[in-house]
Amino acid sequence: MSTPAVFRLTRLHARYQFTETIRVPIAVIGTTLMPSLSLLFFVVPQPFAQNPAEATAAAAQLAVLAVMSVCLFTYGVGVAEDRALPWDGYLRTLPVGPSPRLTGRLLTGLAFVVIGLVPLVLIAWLLTAATLPPTRLALTAVALLAAGVPLFALGISIGYSLSTKAALAVAQSLLLPLAFGGGLFLPPNTFPGWLDAISTWLPTRAGRDLVVAATTGAHLPGTALLMLAGWTLLTGSLAMRAYRRDQGRRFR
Amino acid sequence: MEILARTVQATRCYGPVTALDGVSLDVPAGQLLGLLGPNGAGKTTLLQLLAGLRRPTSGTVELFGGDPRDATRRRRLGCTPQETGLPPTLRVHEVVDFVAGHFADPVPTAELLEQFALTGLERRQTGGLSGGQKRRLTVAVAFVGRPDLVLLDEPTTGLDVEARHGLWDAVRHYHEGGGTVVLTSHYLQEVEALAERVVVVDQGRVCVDGTIADVRSLVPARRVRLRSPSLPDLSGIERSSRVDDRYELWTADSDALVRDLVTSGAPFRDLEVSTASLEEAFLALTSPSLRTTVPTLKEMAR
Repeated sequence: MSTPAVFRLTRLHARYQFTETIRVPIAVIGTTLMPSLSLLFFVVPQPFAQNPAEATAAAAQLAVLAVMSVCLFTYGVGVAEDRALPWDGYLRTLPVGPSPRLTGRLLTGLAFVVIGLVPLVLIAWLLTAATLPPTRLALTAVALLAAGVPLFALGISIGYSLSTKAALAVAQSLLLPLAFGGGLFLPPNTFPGWLDAISTWLPTRAGRDLVVAATTGAHLPGTALLMLAGWTLLTGSLAMRAYRRDQGRRFR
Repeated sequence: MEILARTVQATRCYGPVTALDGVSLDVPAGQLLGLLGPNGAGKTTLLQLLAGLRRPTSGTVELFGGDPRDATRRRRLGCTPQETGLPPTLRVHEVVDFVAGHFADPVPTAELLEQFALTGLERRQTGGLSGGQKRRLTVAVAFVGRPDLVLLDEPTTGLDVEARHGLWDAVRHYHEGGGTVVLTSHYLQEVEALAERVVVVDQGRVCVDGTIADVRSLVPARRVRLRSPSLPDLSGIERSSRVDDRYELWTADSDALVRDLVTSGAPFRDLEVSTASLEEAFLALTSPSLRTTVPTLKEMAR
């Protein structure tokens, strides 16, 4: 298949998946609005919302939450749902390989991350003292992407290895511990020593530290990048295995 | 003649179950082939092999001269999704446009919808369509890419008579334009109305492959029905059944049978002679009590 054809098909699949998802607005709002609401109700009324560094860090960690909830729900639950539908089998009779469909899915998830980030950034900008100088914008985007990779792979592993109901249960039960433990709701400096020690081992904590460092210039602990790399390797290989096993089981 | 699709000794097992058992089948260009068989006979598995949805456990499957699992081999192929599988939130025209986007020269959406009596439903979400409308939409998308080969898995199940005939017209129209069709159906009448070639699959094997007339010839050609308190021995009866005073006799030569009957002087009434339908042939081929006779029938067909 020629390269322009692959691009065209990727765009086609991305647009189609986006349309399909956006038609159930409540599902989109549910996954994308939660971080903004957390910011509005748990950060804006607090005194530290007027401290630029602390407010920026709070918004940054909620941005990681936005990425994670899209990864777990759009990729985790969404993929499991798609796999269960006969339509998925029909798509495989069309003259299109797996890559436009996978890339289309990746792009759709990115679009929903952006949709979730827009109100978050607006609230942080208008109602708190958070600041993000333009020079840090690109760095922040890269940091969010890097923080998102292991979470994306986690979502894909769930989606390709579990049924819809199981995927939903697993995604929900992972979301809160990973969010709280990773310091996405409360900053880790408020943690007791034992929790902080556990937290350091979580992919969300590493991602949070990276994004906070990118937005505020705060010190980045040396363990963060190491943890992120380790989790990316682990979840990445899990995702590959789940994807291949699924292909092997269903499409032999 | 160009062979568009082919299986050679294709076997497909699901764990301990053998769904297809060494099936060899050629689909030449321009043919309208009906695939018949009871539920679980292996028809759907055969179509899935041809569409590249499954790999054979052993044997080979070819589509347009290559592996159907290679996406480029499917450019000239049209398939139907299951009606329960349409994405419920998408509109009718979005589904058609999306499928059309995979092909180089698709049929314009409006033209396709008109052909399948879906005009006016463009903006409806597929979840809100009736069963018959969904079914027509699933068949319509098989034709959107101007395919050379179309695989239709029970295209008219759940349609009323009028819609079924409309769909037959569309399939015939496509076939007259040079298109090749492989269709499975529960309705023998449908296969009888459309297909030039009939392949009967049972228990994962091809038990008959021929024209409608070939399949018909597998059962005695004529059925004679009559009511009588009792009948004498008559020659040329290949099979018979009796319920109370109602007799059903199967014979190759109904003229001779009726002559014998009249000459014998036996009392009878309500005489009725008819040609065996494909349905009767099919039942004879695949009903468990008669299965043992199938190999001989198969030899007869040759």
